[in-house]
Amino acid sequence: MGFLTDPYAVFLVRWFHVVSGIMWIGLLWYFNFVQIPSMPKIPDEQKPAIGKVIAPAALFWFRWAAAFTILWGLIQAWQLGYIGDALALGLTSKNAAHMSIGFGMWFGLIMAFNVWFVIWPNQQKALGLVEVADEDKPAAARTAMLFSRTNTMLSIPMSYSMVAVHLT
Amino acid sequence: MKNPLESLQNTILLGIAITIVMALIVKYTF
Repeated sequence: MGFLTDPYAVFLVRWFHVVSGIMWIGLLWYFNFVQIPSMPKIPDEQKPAIGKVIAPAALFWFRWAAAFTILWGLIQAWQLGYIGDALALGLTSKNAAHMSIGFGMWFGLIMAFNVWFVIWPNQQKALGLVEVADEDKPAAARTAMLFSRTNTMLSIPMSYSMVAVHLT
Repeated sequence: MKNPLESLQNTILLGIAITIVMALIVKYTF
């Protein structure tokens, strides 16, 4: 099992984690910086191009990128031996670097939870991918939007703490 | 009162504020 913690394996997992994270946060920022602000400017007859084609495709890559970013990140923390100390925010190891990366890990975990258990179920309702009464769609869309915004807010301290410390 | 997360600008400002508080906690806890 030693090959799993070989320096090259550690690097490879970090690279997978970063690539998945680019896909995830790139799409998160696409939704918040581009798609959501643009929707009111799109004529009603053209809105289905976003709602029926682009948004479902973007949400597919978005939620799976979130899952894989978390998976590779947890493997990385395990490889480097600090998964417990970091999740305990360094309070067990009295280590500021563990605290910093731990904040990032918790923000990331909260964000991935929001993606899978709040944003995705509500987007399915809002976009009509699951059967739901028409009057329930605006509330679902609003919930999805606010939790997407929550994740955009958390992506700022999350990315800061992910690159603030370098632990090997 | 309007939810601050309805504005993208306020969302970013809140994110920066959380970042500053977090950085200070990390710097001064141990």
